[in-house]
Amino acid sequence: MAWETIHKTEAERRAARLPDPETARARFTWEDAREMLDGLPGGGLNIAHEAVDRHVVAGHGADTAIRWLGREGGSRDLTYAELAADAARFANVLAGLGLEPGDRVFALMGRVPALYAAALGTLKAGMTFTPLFAAFGPEPIRSRMEIGAASVLVTTGALYRRKVAAWRHDLPSLKAVLIADDDAPEGCIALGPAMAAAPDRFETVATGPEDMALIHFTSGTTGKPKGAVHVHGAVAAHAATGAFALELGPGVTYWCTADPGWVTGTSYGIIAPLVHRARMIVDEAEFELERWYATLARERVEVWYTAPTAIRMMMRAGADAARGHDFSALRFLASVGEPLNPEAVVWGREVFGRPFHDNWWQTETGGIMIANTAAMDVKPGSMGKPLPGVEAGIVARADGGLRELGHGAIGELALRPGWPSMMRAYLGEPARYAKCFANGWYLTGDLAMRDGDGYYWFVGRADDLIKSSGHLIGPFEVESALIEHDAVAEAAVIGLPDETAGEVVKAYVTLNPGFEPSEELERDIRGHARKRLGPAVAPREIAFRKTLPKTRSGKIMRRLLKARELGLPEGDLSTLETDET
Amino acid sequence: MTPEEIRSAFLAELVRVAPDLDADTIGGGDHLQDDLGLDSMDVLNLVTALHKRLGVAIPEADYPRIATPDAAVAYLSEAMR
Repeated sequence: MAWETIHKTEAERRAARLPDPETARARFTWEDAREMLDGLPGGGLNIAHEAVDRHVVAGHGADTAIRWLGREGGSRDLTYAELAADAARFANVLAGLGLEPGDRVFALMGRVPALYAAALGTLKAGMTFTPLFAAFGPEPIRSRMEIGAASVLVTTGALYRRKVAAWRHDLPSLKAVLIADDDAPEGCIALGPAMAAAPDRFETVATGPEDMALIHFTSGTTGKPKGAVHVHGAVAAHAATGAFALELGPGVTYWCTADPGWVTGTSYGIIAPLVHRARMIVDEAEFELERWYATLARERVEVWYTAPTAIRMMMRAGADAARGHDFSALRFLASVGEPLNPEAVVWGREVFGRPFHDNWWQTETGGIMIANTAAMDVKPGSMGKPLPGVEAGIVARADGGLRELGHGAIGELALRPGWPSMMRAYLGEPARYAKCFANGWYLTGDLAMRDGDGYYWFVGRADDLIKSSGHLIGPFEVESALIEHDAVAEAAVIGLPDETAGEVVKAYVTLNPGFEPSEELERDIRGHARKRLGPAVAPREIAFRKTLPKTRSGKIMRRLLKARELGLPEGDLSTLETDET
Repeated sequence: MTPEEIRSAFLAELVRVAPDLDADTIGGGDHLQDDLGLDSMDVLNLVTALHKRLGVAIPEADYPRIATPDAAVAYLSEAMR
């Protein structure tokens, strides 16, 4: 069925941070975004200064930066002045360890206040910050820390013991492990006392706009995860897109539900809201239906940035579960991570009185590129239109070049490079980086379509990457962990459609001689994968096969497995050498 | 079903969803997500499996009531009465 466009009223348009998107698209330049920043007093640009210190200098130190909600109940407010002091202490702790600008600080922890001090303190000290998802298993953590040549890990005692201690000494670059607590396991430093002893002032390192600030890891179809490098200059894009696509501004009560272990939770769960001097809600707990409704109502959340999986879980519980809560403070609802189905967009309107505004971006783009903004009419199911400063196109690869496609045609979504938060490299992999660009376009790997009104619609991935609960999962990383199991000879991993998670990971394996398929073995392999990879990445289902479909060159045809699983046409089989049995 | 039978059914379905766990070492007060590392998709799958096995449909709003094995046994006993 076709979904009716949701029209905005004149009042809604006038109230938007971007009241006239079309005119802005024609006039805006990234120089305008840089005007939203202060720069360091002595010259240079540093994200931490833009996010906290400048607000304190301007007399807003007493404003609440973070309202933290503990897992077991209770809350704690951190002002901008307190956050600035904690960031300075953390920077002093790093400097006291002999670390220098350019060193790499990795964080592996839940949403606790220390995480925010660590992120900002690292940037302040001119070092590079890399968040890792705390639910990762040891294998993804280790491979990312190896690729990123981590100098420091900030984590908790429990996570360290469970996931890091066993291989910590195999990582030559690692100089220190900081534990966000008052005591620490052997060989680690307790952050609590170290912070308490550190001065609460630190002169921000005078980084330049092109200096490395963040490394965010993303999965590749083949090979190891890629470390997308982002620079301090990216903060101009965080500032502009935070206003245009998320309605952020001083004092706005804002809840980004994404974990800072992923790029959304950093760009829009730390940087953009703080740059705008918003009041951030940070919830330590995971999704829980009643808790979330109560949080939205009690905290008077005005802007809410969440993800399709959570929205769909709310929908499963029915609109009745939301009744009795006062959502009248909510002004703007946004969603990211995977395409938001039209039902969910419209459901937002029924339950919260506002539609969800889907937007699109990826780790490599560093910030929101395409969005349904507050003043725009929403076409449910569409990701919206390119933000001011962003030029998008739909292209087809042909004869070694690229051809731009007109509206209505499905092709690869491409962007003209040049926005400030564009990745600057894949760490140590210039060839993989170069492959992302052709004919003056950055190629996103997503298939999309632009309609006659200029709205973009997501169609699918151009490669074998899997999107589950908003996380991009590389099949190769999962397959590599599976074949480490004694019983597994070969593995192929695909994503299957799932109404809640978008896609779920399914694996097909062949067994080594001496092993027979059984329910027990299936569980054992799945258990092994969960221990290595963590639940978000490990397969939820494993099927046994005698052989896997392969090309002449020995490449497993994941696409064919998926087509068969879904009952879709099998497509071109000319390269198929051995079939599945 | 006795509470013991319910507990063993619960644990059996739990380790089917999360086979990285060992049913013998799971404590009655262990939190499924915070202590045992389940994610929200695991919890959904567990709820589905419990429905199938015990015939108890657990609404989303009640998920916190099955957050530990002890809590789940009490909740399920009540629901099956």
